[in-house]
Amino acid sequence: LETLEQIKLRIESALPLTKLDILPNECPAGERSLVLDASRGLDVAKFLRDDAQLKLDYCSNVTGIDWPEAKIKTKVKKKVVVEGVEKEVEETIETLRSGHLEVVYHLYSMELKHGPIVLRMRTANRTDQTHLPSLTPVWRGAEFQEREIYDLYGVIFDGHPDLRRILMWDEFVGFPMRRDYVAPDDFEYEPTPHDEVLVEAKKHYPVEVKAEVKPEVKA
Amino acid sequence: VNTFATMPPKSFEVKPKLDESGSSIGELLEISMGPHHPSTHGVFRMDVVLDGEKVVKLKPVCGYLHRNHEKIGENISYLASMPYTDRLDYFCSMTNNWAYALTIEKLAGLAVPERAEYIRVIMAELTRLQNHTSLIGFFVHDMGALGTPLMYAFREREKILDLFEEVSGARMMCNYMRFGGVRVDVNDDWIARTKQLVANYGGFLDEFETFLNQNEILLARTQGVSPLTKEQAINASLTGPLLRAAGVNYDVRKVDKYGIYSRFDFKVPLGEHGDLYDRYMMRVLEMRESIKILNQALRDIPAGLVMDPKAKLRGFRPKPGEVYGRVESPKGELGFYIISDGGPNPYRYRVRPPSFINITILEDMCLGHRVADVIVILGSVDIVLGEVDR
Repeated sequence: LETLEQIKLRIESALPLTKLDILPNECPAGERSLVLDASRGLDVAKFLRDDAQLKLDYCSNVTGIDWPEAKIKTKVKKKVVVEGVEKEVEETIETLRSGHLEVVYHLYSMELKHGPIVLRMRTANRTDQTHLPSLTPVWRGAEFQEREIYDLYGVIFDGHPDLRRILMWDEFVGFPMRRDYVAPDDFEYEPTPHDEVLVEAKKHYPVEVKAEVKPEVKA
Repeated sequence: VNTFATMPPKSFEVKPKLDESGSSIGELLEISMGPHHPSTHGVFRMDVVLDGEKVVKLKPVCGYLHRNHEKIGENISYLASMPYTDRLDYFCSMTNNWAYALTIEKLAGLAVPERAEYIRVIMAELTRLQNHTSLIGFFVHDMGALGTPLMYAFREREKILDLFEEVSGARMMCNYMRFGGVRVDVNDDWIARTKQLVANYGGFLDEFETFLNQNEILLARTQGVSPLTKEQAINASLTGPLLRAAGVNYDVRKVDKYGIYSRFDFKVPLGEHGDLYDRYMMRVLEMRESIKILNQALRDIPAGLVMDPKAKLRGFRPKPGEVYGRVESPKGELGFYIISDGGPNPYRYRVRPPSFINITILEDMCLGHRVADVIVILGSVDIVLGEVDR
């Protein structure tokens, strides 16, 4: 398999106006990934699938990641001259990361038995611009996984054939896999015939029975 | 912002049956198969539209067992996810454990001692044996062979679960593997009895095959039903026996050679038509290959440690980075995708569930077949709802 840089160059020469970035991965055994411009996502995906050298015909894993707005602290070594002596000082730089949702595709080739190539696409923000192109037309196997991301993260996949909630029920509001999701504390509340419900129910009893109803004695 | 306001869920569209002139000649029947039905192997529902007995539309509905396993994984430590992985595919907890342990080992660069690698292979192949055995039991059960074959299958499965219980303390929720090895060692007596079980297993398979392979009903119900082409199977990300039944030579054990699979001599059985009979035979043949692997592993297992003494389980904090690790579980490719931010719990914990992804083209498999075949087709996919819904 070619290196990620070679693949990037070939994509950029084959598909003009495509911007790609390579995301480093600090984990030694892990794979670096290609960050795509969302508007060109579908073209790049088709290229990767149909290219004779790559033939990434198998989309193994599709998943979402939530990156809320955060301050990122990075340590940088800096040379400072203190009283005429040059010293190396560690300095912490704070950068603001804008919030976005990210979708990751792990691609393999079943025919050539290589992989994975990791593709990433990012939304503009986490609130109103959460559209990304669906890659289900290229790899059918992404269909349910993209539905799951839509369900749990709220990424809207344009061009998906059947974008509905899949794990949560249709009436559910909110995206439970987002980092800032707070589950309602009365999530499993079920009215049972006790206390205030019993008092409420008394309204519906006929008058003569009403006199006989006594509140339940707790053991 | 409620994004659903802009995108209402699409309703389930049912068109009336019309003849060429456009007048109605009958009605399509929409039925809900499941969720509480023994043939759905759990709590799973299919919205099926029928034209007479023929399936014209089928939409799987899942999520009844959803507990957001991935969110739980993000909120607990790396080690604490290990027992949770047992609950994904509760038939194959050993391979689930292995997939997770393998991913974390890849993330943190941990080494696994020789003996532990052998024990892992033994456990994984025993898991494959008991999963495929009971799957065939369920499969013929779905075709109407009520009880007897399933009981034969469960008799054998229970023998393997007894071995698991002896080692790990639990029949199904084994929680046996750790990053950098396995939790406890096995003794010589256990190995001797496992050898005995493996030696007898071939005989049981012979018996099973004698009853089933040429069985008239099984042939009538499976041959030519729901054939899949190679292209369809690959494009829909099918994995495991289903993919190989369609003739695609792809087994993660061979492709990635994870663990010590490169040392064993085994073959990858391939189907020709991708129909139900091929899927059934795939399981039988894979069990034969598993027996080969088990024989080699039980013969060669060395003495030594089962846990890397340097591995730190509690307070485990891998360096930042991300990793995707996968194994060949009996259902297909089971993967874990972990992002570490250097903290005590993963930033992102994702499970790639084979049975969930294998039902992506359930509709295509069922279209044009009879409603009775839907149950057999679903049985051949081999889903476990603990994994589908997570």
